[in-house]
Amino acid sequence: MSTGAAAAVRRWSPPPLIRSPWLRRGLQLGAIAYLALALGSVEVNWARLIDGLDRGWQFLRAFAPPDFVSRRGEIAEGLAESLVMTVTSTVIGIAISVPIGLGAARNVAPLPVYLVCRGIVAASRTLQEVIVAILFVAMVGFGPLAGMLTLSFATIGFLAKLLAEDIEDTDPAQLEAVRATGASWAQIVNYAVQPQVMPRLIGLSLYRFDINFRESAVIGIVGAGGIGATLNTAFDRYEYDTAAAILVSIIAIVMVAEYLSGVIRRRVQ
Amino acid sequence: MPVQVAAGVKRWQRRERGRQLAIWLGWLAGTAVFVACWQVIAESTIWTFVWDAPQQGADLLGRMVPPRWAYLPRLWRPLWDTINIATLGTVLALGLAIPVAFLAARNTTPSVTLMRPLALFVIVSSRSINSLIWALLLVSIIGPGLLAGIVAIALRSIGFIAKLLYEAIEEIDRAPVEAVTATGASRAQVVAYGIVPQVMPAFVGISVFRWDINIRESTVLGLVGAGGIGLQLQASVNVLAWNQVTTIFILIFATVLASEWVSARVRHAVI
Repeated sequence: MSTGAAAAVRRWSPPPLIRSPWLRRGLQLGAIAYLALALGSVEVNWARLIDGLDRGWQFLRAFAPPDFVSRRGEIAEGLAESLVMTVTSTVIGIAISVPIGLGAARNVAPLPVYLVCRGIVAASRTLQEVIVAILFVAMVGFGPLAGMLTLSFATIGFLAKLLAEDIEDTDPAQLEAVRATGASWAQIVNYAVQPQVMPRLIGLSLYRFDINFRESAVIGIVGAGGIGATLNTAFDRYEYDTAAAILVSIIAIVMVAEYLSGVIRRRVQ
Repeated sequence: MPVQVAAGVKRWQRRERGRQLAIWLGWLAGTAVFVACWQVIAESTIWTFVWDAPQQGADLLGRMVPPRWAYLPRLWRPLWDTINIATLGTVLALGLAIPVAFLAARNTTPSVTLMRPLALFVIVSSRSINSLIWALLLVSIIGPGLLAGIVAIALRSIGFIAKLLYEAIEEIDRAPVEAVTATGASRAQVVAYGIVPQVMPAFVGISVFRWDINIRESTVLGLVGAGGIGLQLQASVNVLAWNQVTTIFILIFATVLASEWVSARVRHAVI
């Protein structure tokens, strides 16, 4: 709290977020210098931008109403392929994530196993889905199989990490109680760990289902099947009304999935 | 507790028979759906390509290693562009997300019936569309280049930032707000002195977290023409220069690790 010099006029100003004035001024100056440099390096082609505004307007108009009809076969096929990829990759991803998640939890896994599993999780989390998709497409060819493999791989990083953290947060008293009865490792996992993490595992799996559907719309752009390929084609043909229809379908499906997963999560927790 | 009596011996069971049957049927249905989905994928796959995937993978690895380090000097400019896309996109998103968050939070929204659903709709549509799709759209509207990338990142981030921020606003302590109101403060003053100081740490944390994610996402935006290092990636994949691709991957990997470290440090400092 700083008090003004004149005793008659007392002024109060809120305490700053960063207390050290040197750090504060330094950060402010640095931010301004960076913004100037960065904005200077962005080249904007104004003529192209003004040309594009017309297209942007066309695109916005295409939403009223979007054209579901003229390419309905392709849209339905793309959506079906995306959903199929989502279902299989979520199931396979969960099946692989559970053992890896157990291995990545320090309280149930020995150190060597822990390190290997954490390594797998880190690799899966740092590699972008799109980059993984490029590699899988190069290996197994175009189509939904590459997409399924990509999404399964991405699911491992997400699910195994959160599951491992949840296992590490479990109540140690129950583990100890089950261990005291002379239970084997498998029995400890089944009777002490599983009941504690199950609701959260179900919630996370549903959430990941959601994410996998959204991602399946993206990896199609690099040839891994699904609605993304259809969307890419629609943009390439400047068929904005079809593109609008696809976007509306994606948003609708994501909203429905989010609502349903919310309902199911509330029932299990 | 359900107990079955068989041959005069009581056997404890976990569930009633009907419930057990329902669970069993659920598993059966789930398995059937999975198998059906797998069939669809298997049908649209050319299996000869898959069977030689190990060979292809080994071949790919042979071409990727060793990375072509001579390509590195040509990547610094695209990398700078990538970081700019992520940072400027995040800054733009912050500017747009703050009003949306205040409109969406139940305790600050001017009208629960009109403005709140509108703000929530903005958040949901921004969140359901990936930045790569936004980029695809923007490249065809405003042309290829950095600007399309920045706007794509910003549009995708609005939903994320606004959602987390409005949840933080809804969780604030009511007492300071009431205290500031009791002094006769105007609405703007209540927000500035009662609410903002409470959500500021969360806000900084969310922004840095999103910036970290945006660095990752902006590395691939170039694939659809929105500038940055992805353009180089696309060019190298197209000419099958896999040793250049490896160099790009390593650079992306290092950048992502660095941004993750910065974001973790900043979040640790404020929270």
